[in-house]
Amino acid sequence: MRKTKFSEANNSLSIGLKSKKIAIPYLIWILIFTILPIFLLMQYAFTNNQGNFTFANIERFFNPLYLGIMWHSIRMATMATVICFFLGYPIAYILSQKAYKDKTILLFLFVVPMWMNFLVRTYAWLFILGFNGVLNNILRFFGFEPIRLLFTDGAVLLGLVYTFLPFMIFPIYSSLQKIDERIIEAARDLGSNRLQLFFRIIFPLSLPGIASALTMVFMPAVATFLISNILGGGQYFLIGNLIEQQFLTVGNRHFGSALALIMFALIILCNVIFSYLSKEEKE
Amino acid sequence: MEFIELKNIEKNFYVNKQERQILKGINLSIKENEFLTLLGPSGSGKTTTLRIIGGFETASKGQVFFNGLDIGKTPPHKRAINTVFQNYALFPHMNVYDNVAYGLKIKKFSKSAIKDRVEKTLSLVNLSGFDKRSVKSLSGGQQQRIAIARALINEPKVLLLDEPLGALDLKLRKEMQIELKNMQKNLGITFIYVTHDQEEALTMSDQIAVMNDGEILQKGTSENIYNEPKNAFIASFIGTSNIITGTMERDRKVTFLKTDFECVDPMPGSVVQIVVRPEDIEIEQTPRDRNSLKGEVIEVIFFGVNYEMKVKTGDFIWKIHSTKSYERGQFVYLFMATEALHVMEMERSL
Repeated sequence: MRKTKFSEANNSLSIGLKSKKIAIPYLIWILIFTILPIFLLMQYAFTNNQGNFTFANIERFFNPLYLGIMWHSIRMATMATVICFFLGYPIAYILSQKAYKDKTILLFLFVVPMWMNFLVRTYAWLFILGFNGVLNNILRFFGFEPIRLLFTDGAVLLGLVYTFLPFMIFPIYSSLQKIDERIIEAARDLGSNRLQLFFRIIFPLSLPGIASALTMVFMPAVATFLISNILGGGQYFLIGNLIEQQFLTVGNRHFGSALALIMFALIILCNVIFSYLSKEEKE
Repeated sequence: MEFIELKNIEKNFYVNKQERQILKGINLSIKENEFLTLLGPSGSGKTTTLRIIGGFETASKGQVFFNGLDIGKTPPHKRAINTVFQNYALFPHMNVYDNVAYGLKIKKFSKSAIKDRVEKTLSLVNLSGFDKRSVKSLSGGQQQRIAIARALINEPKVLLLDEPLGALDLKLRKEMQIELKNMQKNLGITFIYVTHDQEEALTMSDQIAVMNDGEILQKGTSENIYNEPKNAFIASFIGTSNIITGTMERDRKVTFLKTDFECVDPMPGSVVQIVVRPEDIEIEQTPRDRNSLKGEVIEVIFFGVNYEMKVKTGDFIWKIHSTKSYERGQFVYLFMATEALHVMEMERSL
């Protein structure tokens, strides 16, 4: 009897070890592609060309020019997130309704653009918004003067909204779908009309989805440099463009790393705030 | 005029693109302050019937009358009917107080009036002082009480209950049965109760409607349904029964197991089914001159209150409940009084 017990214990121990062994390749992956780059970033950010420790790169950021760019990035990302929310929530809500529950084709149509190359999609806007683009040609056809659409805040905002809208729809859609039909029936049973049902029951219950949707749109939007580069023109600066420039054009890895680190801190901060929001709702 | 009346309610659903008839013409009338139970196995259509009364489903055909008015097109929030849902369906993002207060807040009651009524209702369900608790921290039984409180606070004319005690353990279920019945009596509210538990139905109801396969097979008081089941399905569904096939050539005389018995029923047909409740059979050591049958005891189980014995006569095995016990292998005589034999027409489907 004792012998079997011992061997059983031994067995479970070896299973434990095995499962740890399975994780090893992933740990190595994380080490190489997550932990190591962060350390490299920190090393560059806190040293100068001579390799001496310094805060100068971080301090340099607190210059009205760079703070202005940061502020502009946050403003654009916030606006994009807000627009995505007001466009995305109704879409998610409609798709989650009973009548559409079996019609996955609609949901599929929202996914399809995500499968196409992101650059191709963004370049397509050049041809639509350009001075000789589709929209201006339509204006000319009706005898209007062409207007500058491309290389404006509006164009960048449009690019952001267009690219990140699906990231707003899906988390909200999935949280709306999870709401128990009986809870909605109970609310109707207790006298709520459609508006009361929405604002007192459905909206509060979709808050966790909203929180993750906001994170998923805001964070990539604040860090983007390709959309602003293509639709905003070469002189358009968001924080992402500034970092890109420091690395690829100016060749100042130290300041670039400092900026990337600040960006990283901002993203972590947002994440903490949003996850706190969704957690509070779950309690 | 009836308080609630269902007339020829039919309901068709599409299941896998095939139309299926869930309700096949339900006719039912319910009196004010009555405790009516829809009793039936799962899939019998009892929950669908309840949902049609509540307004969550619309009937494909037929009408629902409430105080003489057709309410077929009235949405749930405009019916003086509240529901206690099967899985309670409490609002997970609200605490106990807000859950119970919901209906009154919607109706724009004053804060102090709401506070008053919530307190009263919580004490009615024995959960005073639970106001600030999160509903997720409550046990199943407590959640059930909150669901009842949330419905009752609106002072509905009718309360619909969809298997409300299904998730509770046996002891709690028994307690809640008595509590619910008392509440119904004291508050003077009409209860329409759905269950598949025949014992629950028998203890609580004023009227029971037994449903199967989208139809109401029999409606009556508990005693009525138990003592005079209309067919073998009801007899076997309600309580344990001995159901045996026999023949009836004359009024008040039925023959089974090659023996003639006197009974109270007139002649319903030549081939019949006879239902005998296990507690209506007396076991004796000597035969009587009529309604007596010889058999061998093949099993004896002690149940606490009584014994369940199985006695074999020919090919048929009788179930008998008795306070006296006999030995296995012993030969005994079974006496069935004339009133104990319920003769029914043979059911084709059985």
